[in-house]
Amino acid sequence: MAELTYREAIARGIAQEMRRDESVLFLGEDVGAAGGVFKGTVGLFEEFGPVRVRDTPISEQAILGAAMGAAMTGLRPIAEIMFADFFAVCWDIVANEIAKTRYMTNGQMSFPLVIRSGNGGGLRFGAQHSQSVENWAMMIPGLKVVVPSNPRDVVGLMAAAVRDDDPVVFLESKALYPTKGEVPEGEIVDALGTATVLRQGSHATIATLGLMVPRALAAAEELAAGGIDCTVVDVRSLIPLDTQTILRETSATGRLFTVEENPRVLGWGAEVASIVAEEAFYDLDGPVVRITTPHIPLPAADTLEDMALPSVERIVTTIHKAMNS
Amino acid sequence: MTTTEASPVHDVDFKLELYRSQVALRRFESRAYDLFLENYVKGTSHLSIGQEAIAAGVAAAMRPDDWTFATYRGHAHTLARGVAMTPVFAELMGRANGLMAGKGGSMHLTSVEHGVMGSYAIIGAHLPIACGAAWSAQYRGTDQVAVVFFGDGTVNIGAFHEALNFAAIWKLPVVFVCENNLYMEYTRTSEVTAVAHPAADRAAAYGLEPIIVDGNDADAVYEVARTAIERARAGEGPSLIEAETYRHGGHSRADPGKYRPDEEVAFWTSAERDPVSRYRARLVELGVDEATLARVEADVDAEVDAATEAAKAGAAPGEDLLMKDVWANGGAEWRN
Repeated sequence: MAELTYREAIARGIAQEMRRDESVLFLGEDVGAAGGVFKGTVGLFEEFGPVRVRDTPISEQAILGAAMGAAMTGLRPIAEIMFADFFAVCWDIVANEIAKTRYMTNGQMSFPLVIRSGNGGGLRFGAQHSQSVENWAMMIPGLKVVVPSNPRDVVGLMAAAVRDDDPVVFLESKALYPTKGEVPEGEIVDALGTATVLRQGSHATIATLGLMVPRALAAAEELAAGGIDCTVVDVRSLIPLDTQTILRETSATGRLFTVEENPRVLGWGAEVASIVAEEAFYDLDGPVVRITTPHIPLPAADTLEDMALPSVERIVTTIHKAMNS
Repeated sequence: MTTTEASPVHDVDFKLELYRSQVALRRFESRAYDLFLENYVKGTSHLSIGQEAIAAGVAAAMRPDDWTFATYRGHAHTLARGVAMTPVFAELMGRANGLMAGKGGSMHLTSVEHGVMGSYAIIGAHLPIACGAAWSAQYRGTDQVAVVFFGDGTVNIGAFHEALNFAAIWKLPVVFVCENNLYMEYTRTSEVTAVAHPAADRAAAYGLEPIIVDGNDADAVYEVARTAIERARAGEGPSLIEAETYRHGGHSRADPGKYRPDEEVAFWTSAERDPVSRYRARLVELGVDEATLARVEADVDAEVDAATEAAKAGAAPGEDLLMKDVWANGGAEWRN
C-alpha cells in the first residue's frame, strides 16, 4: 500500500493501462514533456515516448476528433481536455459525433475512448475555469460519465474507463489533485456503474460525488457528534448510474440529501431525486433535499467561491435543519 | 511528385468503369429525388447531381481498405465505394433493410465494411475525425489513407483549420477534398469568404500546395487524387484538393435553388460542363461505340429499378431496433 496524491494516481492509472495495451495512446495540450498543467501526467512521456504520448496544439476539436477517429479504427485513446469548461469549444465532437455515431450506424462502430478533464471549482480560477460540468455530459445519450473522489478510485476507474468499449468522460476534481490517499500495489480495476458506501449511518443518506465527497464525510462526522448519523454514498459513476445502491441506502435511513458541486438547475441530483421519488417514495420520512452551488457562474474571489460551493458547514446546517423540522 | 506506376486513366476499360460509376451516381440521385416527390423519402436529403465526377474519380484512386469520410451530401461517396444501391435507398426510406436499419437516415450513411466511415451532418466535424483515423493508420503502420470530402462552406468553420494544422504537424495520411460548388447552402461562397479559392487559398497557411482541379472531369480528379493518396501512403503527409464543380439543384430537398442566375445554371448544366455528358462524349471520341455506352446506361437503369423495388419491399424498422446499440454491449441501459 502506497500513499499517492490524486494527481499522481492519474499518471499511475494511465500508465497501468498503457503498459498493458499498446493500443492505448494519450494526447492533449502540454501532456508530454511538461507532464500536464496540473502535473497529472508526469512521467508518461518519459516512459512511453512521443509516439504514444503526444502533445497537441490548442485545438480541442482536433484532439477529440483524433480520439474518435482512432477509436473507430481500433485504438483506445485517452484524450485530455485541460479544463472541463473547454468542452464548450468541442461539444459537437462529444455530443453529436462520439456519443451518437454508434447508434446512428446501427452498431457498425464502437468508440472505446476516454476523455479526461479537470472539472469543478475550489482553485479561485473564476467562471470559465471552474465549472462543474458533469451534468452536461450526463444528459447526452451515448456517453458514460465517472467522477473519482480519491486516488484509489482514480486508478480503478481509469482502468475501467480505458477497458470499456464505450466513450467515457472521466472528470477529475481539480481541487482534489493535491489530496492524498492509500492506493494498493498491483493492478486495480473497478467497474463502471458502481457506487460505494463510505460511511454507514442510520438517520440520513448523503449521495455525493468528486470534490464534495470529502466535504460530505467531514459533515457526517460533525452531524454524528450532534446525534445525526449519516450514510455517505460516493456515486462515482453517473452513467451508468448505480441506482440500486442509492435506493437501498435511502430506504434504509428514510432520508436523502444530495451534495452537488454543479449549479442547481438540472444537476445530477435532480435525476437522483426523481428516481427516488418514483421508486422509494413510501420509504421516505421527509423530502429529498439537494445541496448545490447556486444557479450562478462561479465567482473568482476566495470568499465568494467559498460561499457558492457547498461547504462542510452548509451541508451540516442544511441537514440539521431538515432533520429537525 | 511522380507516381510509382503508370496511370490506368488512359485505359478504355478503366474509363468505361469510371463512366458507369458516374452514371450510377447520377441515376441513383435522380431516383432519390423522385422518391421524395412520391413521399417515400422523409426528412431531408442532399443530392450530388452535377458533382458525380469527384466521388467517382477519387474512389477509383482509393485502395479497398482506405477510408472515406463524407458529409450529409454523401450518397454518391458511399455508393462510389461499392455499397449496393438497395440498402442506401432503403436507408433514405427509413426501412429496416437500410444501410443502418433506418437509424441514421440520408445524412449519416456508413458502411464500415466498404471503408465508408460515416457521413457527418455537422459542418467540419469529420475533418478532425478523419485525422484521427489517419493517426491510427500511421501508428499501426497499415498504409491506409483517410479521404475526407466536404463542401466550400466548410472552409470557414474552425474545425477545418484545426484539422488542417493537425494533419500537417503530424504528417497524417489524409487527403482533404473540398467540393467547391460555389454555394454554401443558399449563399454564394464568394460573398462570405475572404479569398477567391476557398480551400486552395488556405493551403499555404498549413504548408501545403494549393491544388485546384476541374471537379467535373473524372479523369482529372482521378489523377489528382491518385497523386495525393500515393503521397499520403508514402508518409509524405496530407494534401488539400479543391475540386471546382456545381450543384445542379438546390441545397436540399426544400431548396429550389432560385437564387442562382439562369445563365450560370445554364453554363454548368450544359453538355460541355456536365460531368456525365462530358465523359460520355470523351468516350465516344475515343471510339467507344454507342451500343456499349447504351448497355452501361441500361444496366444502371435496371440496377436502380431493382434496388428501388427491393428497398420499398423492406419492412418498417421495429421496436427491437429502438433501444439497440447505444452501447457496445448492444443495449441502452444507463442505470441498474
